[in-house]
Amino acid sequence: MKGRNSAGFLALIVAIIVTPSLVTNDYYLGTLIFAAFNCLACVGLCLLMGYAGQISIGHGAFVAIGAYTSGILTAKLAWSPWLAMVCAVLIVIVIAFCLGIPALRLKGHYLAMATLGFASIVHIVSVAAIDLTGGPAGIVGIPRLDLFGYALNSEKQYFYFSWSIVAIGVYLAFNLINSRVGRGLRAIHGSEDAAASLGISITAYKVQVFILSAVFASVSGSLYAHYVNYIDPGPFDVSHSVLLVTMVAVGGLHNIWGAFIGAVALSLLPEILSFLSDYLLVVGIHYQPDYDTLVYGGILLIIMLFLPEGIFAGISNSVGAVASSVRKLAGKKDDGLG
Amino acid sequence: MNHTDGGLVDVLQFLIMGVQRGSIYAMVAMGFNMIYNATGIINFAQGEFVVLGGLMMVTLTMAFNLSIVFAFILSVIFVMIAGILMERLTINPVKQPSVLRLIIITIAVSIIIKGAAMCFWGKGSHYMRHFSSDTSLDFFGATILPQTLWIFLILFFVVVAYIVFFNFTMTGKCMRACAINRDAARLAGINDRKMVMLSFALSAAIGAIAGIIITPIIQMDYARGAMLGLKGFGAAVLGGLGNSMGAVVAGVLLGVLEALGAGYISSHYMDAIALVILLFVLFIRPSGIFGSSEAMRLKEF
Repeated sequence: MKGRNSAGFLALIVAIIVTPSLVTNDYYLGTLIFAAFNCLACVGLCLLMGYAGQISIGHGAFVAIGAYTSGILTAKLAWSPWLAMVCAVLIVIVIAFCLGIPALRLKGHYLAMATLGFASIVHIVSVAAIDLTGGPAGIVGIPRLDLFGYALNSEKQYFYFSWSIVAIGVYLAFNLINSRVGRGLRAIHGSEDAAASLGISITAYKVQVFILSAVFASVSGSLYAHYVNYIDPGPFDVSHSVLLVTMVAVGGLHNIWGAFIGAVALSLLPEILSFLSDYLLVVGIHYQPDYDTLVYGGILLIIMLFLPEGIFAGISNSVGAVASSVRKLAGKKDDGLG
Repeated sequence: MNHTDGGLVDVLQFLIMGVQRGSIYAMVAMGFNMIYNATGIINFAQGEFVVLGGLMMVTLTMAFNLSIVFAFILSVIFVMIAGILMERLTINPVKQPSVLRLIIITIAVSIIIKGAAMCFWGKGSHYMRHFSSDTSLDFFGATILPQTLWIFLILFFVVVAYIVFFNFTMTGKCMRACAINRDAARLAGINDRKMVMLSFALSAAIGAIAGIIITPIIQMDYARGAMLGLKGFGAAVLGGLGNSMGAVVAGVLLGVLEALGAGYISSHYMDAIALVILLFVLFIRPSGIFGSSEAMRLKEF
């Protein structure tokens, strides 16, 4: 990592260390822990969407497979959570490989629909395969994780743990982007034909980054299962996959920090909205949590219409524009004086 | 009735159910094709048009007690307006969009319509009275609802109207010209922007009709759009994207396969059957069963 990114990374570490002493309420810490899970999945998805330029509306399925594998192996077969998490990752690698090879030959709309179809199939199986997944009732009694024999019981401990994993994920993502592979991916995003003519193996790169992003999603699913200790198909329907895409797109497709910010912002949005609802009531708007979907959609649409590069790029561009116009003004003044 | 007869009756019953479901997929697929032909966009909000049509019809017939015909026309107009608004506000203003951005824009519209439908109509499913009687008729031992016959009849009318519109009217021919080559069409004096708007309006109308006729049977709720859209897209791809007559055959075929699968394999996995077929078609033959291999080489998938 270089320059601004390493500064950002340092800021992230500091924020992770400081936050629990600022946020002492367990409920809000819990919300931030959920944000960490989304963050991890979105950082992975951003590698695929922003850098390789391939859309997937199916990453919720990989989160689900991670969560269910961890849940089944630990709660039903009493495996060690760590072994179960590794096993989930292996299963996801195999599935992502088998899906990625044929699916990534497709482009644009076709790829989007294929991944959406996959996500939908996984959700149907999670509801219907009652022997395996517990059906609509789900799986209970998933143990908490322990770290070197030290159980992560309090919210604060799990906060540190899950956000450390996110930090590792972000670090890995930046390492990948600034490597030969990362440059290859960006070349594919620019033009597949041009990249191929430069000797980049397009299929291999695309499938590899698809698998990597699926692994991020799987780990986030496993962490989720061990945090809530209970899983059912509810949170893993197609709309979760859509939500992950929304987070990445709102924050900014072409930057890991964008995806990061999008994931945190949209994860906290329901809390922010319920906080604002008291004030909205004063102006006569009776806000209900049911309106959340509408707000999500509205934010996504407005961002896509007016800031297609996302909030992060939008902010840094406008800061840059202001800075350059200030510089220009300053330059003119200098000329006038000279 | 002896046992072998029972088997045949079962098959017939599944066939009726399949064609009924398939008719809906066929109409959703035709809606996909209209917008695809005019713009190259796959509209991820297509399923939401179906839901909107169905729910509006519920309100007009059940709460306002309008006659079926009047409510039908009003619901279709309502959804057409939604389609036109979508095109004017979200598709038309975006210049030189990337495919990724267009996909996310139509997804955003689908989230908004879904959210709005949830706010207005609530989370429950809605009962609507059938177009005519709701006592089933006997059909060679199998039963068939009068509403199912209405669905067949309306699909037939939609297909006829589609053929007449695109082959025998000036506007329809202009739309076809735009689909074949937009630049050439514009040079010939066709207002291509207007054609795009029209394609959204017509696509919304077909979606609305599908939603209206199926609602008495499935009892519409706000969350059905995604699945209806996916299966309709499955039909559109199976029939060859852009080929609406192919979509009708493929839609009915998909419905029948789904009904047979639900009857003989497992009803729990019924919804997955159409999706597995969709994935296989996409992976093996994305040009669909009616698409020629030459066309396949020319198109980008």
